[in-house]
Amino acid sequence: MSLLETKNLTKQFGGLTAVDNVTFTVEEGSITGLIGPNGAGKTTVFNLITGIYKVTSGQILFEGVPIHDREPHVIAGMGITRTFQNIRLFRRLSVRDNILTAGHSGARYSVVDSILRTPRYVQEERQLARECERLMDLMDLTEVASSRASSLPYGLQRRLEIARALAVKPKMILLDEPAAGMNPDETMQLMSLISRIRDEFDCTVLVIDHRMDLIMGICENIVVLNFGRKLAEGPPEAVQTNPAVIEAYLGASGEGVAVHA
Amino acid sequence: MEWFYVKGILIQSGINLTAVLGLSLLTGFTGLFSFGHAGFMAVGGYAAVFAGMRLGLPYPLALLFGGLVAGIVSLPIGRLTLNLKGDYFCIATLGFGEAIRLILDNVQTFGGARGWPGIPVTTDLFNVAVVAIIGTFVMVRLVNSRHGRNMIAVREEELAARTVGIDAFKYKMLSLFISAMYAGVAGGLQGYYLGFLQPKMFSITKSTEFTIMVIFGGIGSITGTVFGTLLLTALPEVLRAFAIWRLVVYGAAVIFIMISRPEGLMGGKELSLAALRRLFGPRPKREVPS
Ligand SMILES: Nc1ncnc2c1ncn2[C@@H]1O[C@H](COP(=O)(O)OP(=O)(O)OP(=O)(O)O)[C@@H](O)[C@H]1O
Ligand SMILES: [Mg+2]
Repeated sequence: MSLLETKNLTKQFGGLTAVDNVTFTVEEGSITGLIGPNGAGKTTVFNLITGIYKVTSGQILFEGVPIHDREPHVIAGMGITRTFQNIRLFRRLSVRDNILTAGHSGARYSVVDSILRTPRYVQEERQLARECERLMDLMDLTEVASSRASSLPYGLQRRLEIARALAVKPKMILLDEPAAGMNPDETMQLMSLISRIRDEFDCTVLVIDHRMDLIMGICENIVVLNFGRKLAEGPPEAVQTNPAVIEAYLGASGEGVAVHA
Repeated sequence: MEWFYVKGILIQSGINLTAVLGLSLLTGFTGLFSFGHAGFMAVGGYAAVFAGMRLGLPYPLALLFGGLVAGIVSLPIGRLTLNLKGDYFCIATLGFGEAIRLILDNVQTFGGARGWPGIPVTTDLFNVAVVAIIGTFVMVRLVNSRHGRNMIAVREEELAARTVGIDAFKYKMLSLFISAMYAGVAGGLQGYYLGFLQPKMFSITKSTEFTIMVIFGGIGSITGTVFGTLLLTALPEVLRAFAIWRLVVYGAAVIFIMISRPEGLMGGKELSLAALRRLFGPRPKREVPS
């Protein structure tokens, strides 16, 4: 069964149709790519899946359950989380506190437990701290654990954002242009990290990127958007040779290229 | 200075601290600005005195009752405005503060604008200290829990907080409720300290003063809140020598500190044994990312 499924997903902003009748699936355990020229509607699809935008019409199913009318925190609780194209860390907090905070749902103690420091509080806090340290270790962030998030260099900020998302223990992670602004070396590291996320964290990945080499290198399945519409869907080789995709990418500079899938 | 005079300043500091601790949770830790906290203080004050004098509740229970009523009154305000953008909440609290004052001005059972006299003076240095210390203790523990961290996350980056599963609305409501409770308890302390209550004691100036104390001490620091409040409560008294120039000097002092330390006295840091050890102990190796 596919983990995530969109059916005729549509989002309009006033007169603009940012996402137009898009149907695609993400298989459980896959690394799926979402590509398309600027303004194609990729980030909007992420905002719809994570509940930040309400859909205009259509459906989103996660493990067969409709999620398109739920609040973002509920969707996160069901196992979908994300990173942002323009990094959104808890800027003034340390690396450790960014991750510790995101792991909150691993504890269940109440406000009263916190105030009385009950054994439950102590035990669950210890557990959260342990998991936080483990994650920082796995993500190579231990060395900067006490640094302020905003003081990190760009590449590390991106990595921290992924680590914070993983602290939620998601079933599926959405990465919005994780390689943006990275040098080739960092991009290589990122590619292996994305494979590790799938294998070690048992997490399905849906990744947006402009970089064809990155997407083609790690994705088993690719969805191509253009002007809000789905242009193609399939394995990298098939997508790469698809004439409509080639036209969209090479001819995108020509204004108003009408492309039909 | 006479002890009587110093004691007065200390008691008023403790009362202010109780209110400002609550506001610190809301503004400093959750990132919501309120210009109506004097309103919650008024509600709590009148409710506590009502509970004590008309319902016959003993003093500690009357204070708690005042806090609870203030907390409950905050809920509809939060419900209506906290899922909107921040500014609506801020404006709503401003309106609330003024509305409460006008309502109390006109409710004759509580003495109207002339106030409610003849409240037995029960608040003394001892019980103010007890309340302020318990209040500080509870607040420190609260902000050092997952609940506190979730509030801080909402302050830092609400959208990201929601995508890691934090119910931002719920945590804003919780923060507002607790913060209104603190203000309510402070209101009760105030009424039972002065022996009378008057609506004009709870004007917007008072709300603003509280907010200044939070920011002065440093957003997101309980230590800062404590020092900021004690300092800013005592300062106008110390400045009495300046007579009519007192408030000008007070304003200048606040501005000077805010310019030289824009993040407030504590700049979001806490003073703790561990922090002191770090400060005076051997230097840890600098953490520089590769
Ligand atoms: N909140 C919004 N209000 C109005 N228009 C929006 C909004 N969000 C996105 N859009 C519009 O929807 C279209 C798709 O935007 P989106 O950000 O999804 O593109 P994208 O594929 O992520 O592009 P990029 O590669 O530049 O990130 C654009 O025309 C954009 O201007
Ligand atoms: Mg985008």
